[in-house]
Amino acid sequence: MTDILPFLKSLISVAGLSAYEDPVLQLIKKEWTPLVDEISISRLGSLHALKRGSGRGKHPTIMIATHMDAIGLMVTSIVEGVLHVGEIGGVDPRILPGTPVLVHGKRALPGVVAIPPLLALPEDKRSAPVGLRNLLVDVGLPPGSVEGVVRVGDLISFDTNAVELAGETLSGHSLDNRASVAALTVCLEELKRKEHSWDVWAVATAQEEETYGGGATSAFELHPDLAVAIDVTHAKAPGAENWQTMGLGKGPAIGWGANLHPFLHKRLQELAKKLEIPISVDLTPEHSGTDAYAMQVAREGIPSMLLSIPLRYMHTAVEVIAIKDVQRVGRLLAEFISGLEPDFMSTITWEEKDADK
Amino acid sequence: MPISRRGGAGPSLTLLRRLCSAVAVAGDEGQVRKIVLDELEPAATDVKVDALGNVLITRKGKGGRRLKVMVDAHMDEVGFMLVADSGDGLYEFATVGNLDARGIAGKPVVVGRKHTPGVVGAKAIHLMSADDLKRPIAMEALRIDLGPGGKAEVGDRGTFAPNFRRAGPSVMSKSLDDRLGVSILIELLKHAPANVDLLAAFTVQEEIGLRGAKVAASYFKPDLAIVVDATAAHDLPMQRDAENHFYNSKLGLGPAIYVSNGTAIDDPRLVRFLIETAARARIPCQVRQPGGGGTDAGAIQRALDGVPVVSVSVPHRYPHTAMSIARLEDWHNTYALLSTALRRITPDILRGRT
Repeated sequence: MTDILPFLKSLISVAGLSAYEDPVLQLIKKEWTPLVDEISISRLGSLHALKRGSGRGKHPTIMIATHMDAIGLMVTSIVEGVLHVGEIGGVDPRILPGTPVLVHGKRALPGVVAIPPLLALPEDKRSAPVGLRNLLVDVGLPPGSVEGVVRVGDLISFDTNAVELAGETLSGHSLDNRASVAALTVCLEELKRKEHSWDVWAVATAQEEETYGGGATSAFELHPDLAVAIDVTHAKAPGAENWQTMGLGKGPAIGWGANLHPFLHKRLQELAKKLEIPISVDLTPEHSGTDAYAMQVAREGIPSMLLSIPLRYMHTAVEVIAIKDVQRVGRLLAEFISGLEPDFMSTITWEEKDADK
Repeated sequence: MPISRRGGAGPSLTLLRRLCSAVAVAGDEGQVRKIVLDELEPAATDVKVDALGNVLITRKGKGGRRLKVMVDAHMDEVGFMLVADSGDGLYEFATVGNLDARGIAGKPVVVGRKHTPGVVGAKAIHLMSADDLKRPIAMEALRIDLGPGGKAEVGDRGTFAPNFRRAGPSVMSKSLDDRLGVSILIELLKHAPANVDLLAAFTVQEEIGLRGAKVAASYFKPDLAIVVDATAAHDLPMQRDAENHFYNSKLGLGPAIYVSNGTAIDDPRLVRFLIETAARARIPCQVRQPGGGGTDAGAIQRALDGVPVVSVSVPHRYPHTAMSIARLEDWHNTYALLSTALRRITPDILRGRT
């Protein structure tokens, strides 16, 4: 199997915040171009890559969505050379102080998120935790020399390094959801060596963290018969061990809930069992919080599924995933796609129907 | 007319980066001790590593009437110790020194002498209730995560992963407190003046109670001592346009000369001497606002039958966090001030009135 680690490390060494995905899009485009037949960029900035199925005539199509955008911060004001910030995507302000960042002004400035000295905080805000409104980003420049380089609205990305930890795990920022981009890349590599009758749209979607904008519009434009989102889910970690959490390195999580089609769930479960890939079930009672939520209601409705990679410490600059899970998701998906019969759509049934038989 | 500066080019940025990339949590200062010895041992004649781990180097001057001047910088930094193995690569930890607890979650760390990488994570925001988010992250819930199966020893120290970076006129790093001072002391020794006996103490355990400095002073029995440290710059804009009267020190204004802090009232003769030296040599300097905090001066002043002391610090923002910020010019000017002061100091200074 391909060693996906170097590519994944490169993916988490660049910015690419929601709506500003270009730095990461370029890396993905370069990696995917030799693996697919067509590649283009959507009107909202998602990357569309088509890998055609074998055989003549029109093929059914499956869309695989992995969002490539990352959470981060944005400059809201500049006061005496220090930056005040707002968030892009959901960030817990309590994990920010001391985090290295890059401020994407006229040139990229290294900086750090800091808590102002107590006396510089409003009196009612001096007891922890300090909220985002009162945190600041310091780029180490004297007042007067920041304003010419940075303006309100500039992006701020996390700047922690990609670090390999024990147990073949990787830590860094933006593993949500670059780990899934890597898994889809593994899938495309596998498909090069496999027959598949379906056309495959591999899509790196934009703006998932804010609006699911990429997932919704790409599903409209590509109009697939089936849609699968690959995203990260919560791995068990200190203080996080309830039903919403899966074992790190214990295999992909297969989504179950209203946004996800039960027939596809069943098919993936059976396939994983056959392939002896360990899995867990990711329960989403209402809202899956992924592109699958948007894709399900695109056009006249698309049967959608969610495959997840367990990840610790989501939306921090030190997220952790297991490489093995990335490989497994890629392999499971490739097997799923190559196993899709040309008439698969007509075999999708609802359980009530099964019960009537 | 400005006094000529004969102290060499000033401290080295490469060396500062090396010092900041070492991990030397109070009680386990070996990595910085090794750098100090590597830098200074070849040329030094009188080097002692004492019972606590202080590096004590004597550089004798020439001629008569030489003052014995102790210069001090602490090698240790704040961090933590692994205190329990929670299984599968997770470790419970306790802080060492007054680490800012508000900035530990969500940071890369290293543990042990081989800098085994890990992270201190935090429960995802998605899994937090609105009430959770109103409270500080509970320290006791945090673990150091080395990855599944990761191994370390309970009792190992660790701290934030080395993260030194240059940012225009500034440097950002963990442990600028007090690697800024250590690098200055190394340079002072490399260009030691002949008019004094220079007694350099690279001390241990400053962050947990000024313990190394106490025994270092007993060993050297100096006539006076100058402590080189890093002090907080709280020079940030206030809310609602109020003026910041409580900045402690400010970046860019040069070395911060102490007059008093939580552990010592600095010797008035030495304070006046440093301010006058800065003025004559046209080196920018500032008086650190009197008030809390402490340096090794607190221990040295009360050692033996009393030692006149003064502290001089490089200002830095966000002390005791994963990443502090200092200005290179302040660091250079702190070196220039001390180098110049040592060359013009005479025994007469202690005959003056306090």
